[in-house]
Amino acid sequence: MMWRVGTVVALQDETATARTITLKVPDWPGHIAGQHVDVRLTASDGYSAVRSYSIASAPNAEKRVELTVERLPNGEVSPYLTQELAVGDRLELRGPIGGWFVWRAQQTEPIQLVAGGSGIVPLMAMIRSRTSTGSTAPFRLLYSVREPGAVFYRDDLLALSDCYNKVSLTYAYTRIPPKDWPRPPGRIDGALIADVTWPSNLAPTCYVCGPTPFVESAVGFLSASGNSADKIRTERFGPTGDRK
Amino acid sequence: MGIISRGFSGRRSAADAKLPPGQYLTTDFPVLSAGPTPHIPLDQWEFVIDDGTNVLRRWDWKSFRDLPTETFTVDLHCVTRWSKLGTSWEGVSVDTMLADVKTDASYAMARSYGDYTTNLPLKDLRNGQAWIAFRFDNKDLAPEHGGPARLLVPHLYLWKSAKWVKGLTLMSHDKPGFWESLGYHIYGDPWREQRYSGDE
Repeated sequence: MMWRVGTVVALQDETATARTITLKVPDWPGHIAGQHVDVRLTASDGYSAVRSYSIASAPNAEKRVELTVERLPNGEVSPYLTQELAVGDRLELRGPIGGWFVWRAQQTEPIQLVAGGSGIVPLMAMIRSRTSTGSTAPFRLLYSVREPGAVFYRDDLLALSDCYNKVSLTYAYTRIPPKDWPRPPGRIDGALIADVTWPSNLAPTCYVCGPTPFVESAVGFLSASGNSADKIRTERFGPTGDRK
Repeated sequence: MGIISRGFSGRRSAADAKLPPGQYLTTDFPVLSAGPTPHIPLDQWEFVIDDGTNVLRRWDWKSFRDLPTETFTVDLHCVTRWSKLGTSWEGVSVDTMLADVKTDASYAMARSYGDYTTNLPLKDLRNGQAWIAFRFDNKDLAPEHGGPARLLVPHLYLWKSAKWVKGLTLMSHDKPGFWESLGYHIYGDPWREQRYSGDE
């Protein structure tokens, strides 16, 4: 798989620690929502470091690829991408990679998305792909975050959950909920999953992305609610961050 | 060499010398799998070697655990770029499990609970290179890491080391497994950086 060169055309902070990088990649072959890329940084002496990042943007004709990167405190690559990288810089990437954790516009069945923290990124690509293709596949998103300030894509999600052909959206706050939030702060649990995800008799395809313990527990609750294992797709990242 | 990333110096460590190209060192044990973690009760567990038509060997948990075991320490290399060095395991050598199997097959498909599959040349499973492992770090192997038992083929990228393994199907011709059908390399040698299907 060949390395391509993208030019940074926009940078946008999502939260205090996460930034979306928009790249223009002239020879981009196109991607499917949910796929990821490898990004390579090279020092002046030739040393290089590569990490994988999920694509946040829907497939598009403009050869545009958006990545949202969460800064890890002791990361080697994520601090550079979230703090040093500037508009106009060139960045090497290859991909798209992965053909399993993807949503294609031909899918018409109900879709249940479950995101933990920065696990929202590939799921956002699916939501955006649904919008850009005019799909009417019923989508629900359950998004677990630490606090309101940790939400990625806040305005986009608000707009999407408010429009006619909407994506129904439930936030679950693990540490600090907004004022007067009905649910006390805490991890997602069986009651919440049973309450806000699609009934399993509709046979939704479930996409679960987040840190490993989050994915393990979310999948457990989805299974307990009657969703069969072959309808649940997962993408996990460990503490060292495969996708950060 | 790629284009220089303005202002990037990177972090280097002495351990990098022992790593395959493009890998970085981790000390914890990340988890990567495509779907839910299966939980297999030991009284329902079995391991079957077949040739696609006939069952050649079959073990339940007890007869499997009656086989001679080995303890071994190996390095793990995941295609998602982390490497973990010096991990200690206990398992049954695949040589032991294939000992009485007469076959002309050159390839095997490892099959798992949860329907995962991955293909390997049979020679990569022989000669002390592969185990059915059931203990990690002196503890029973946790379900998220593939317990009760997983294949371990440490000289290939870790997706070849099928978690929750339940058998091997011997094949005369190579055939892609799960990830190999989804854009990953048919063989997966980390030292030649065979990550994706287009890589040399």
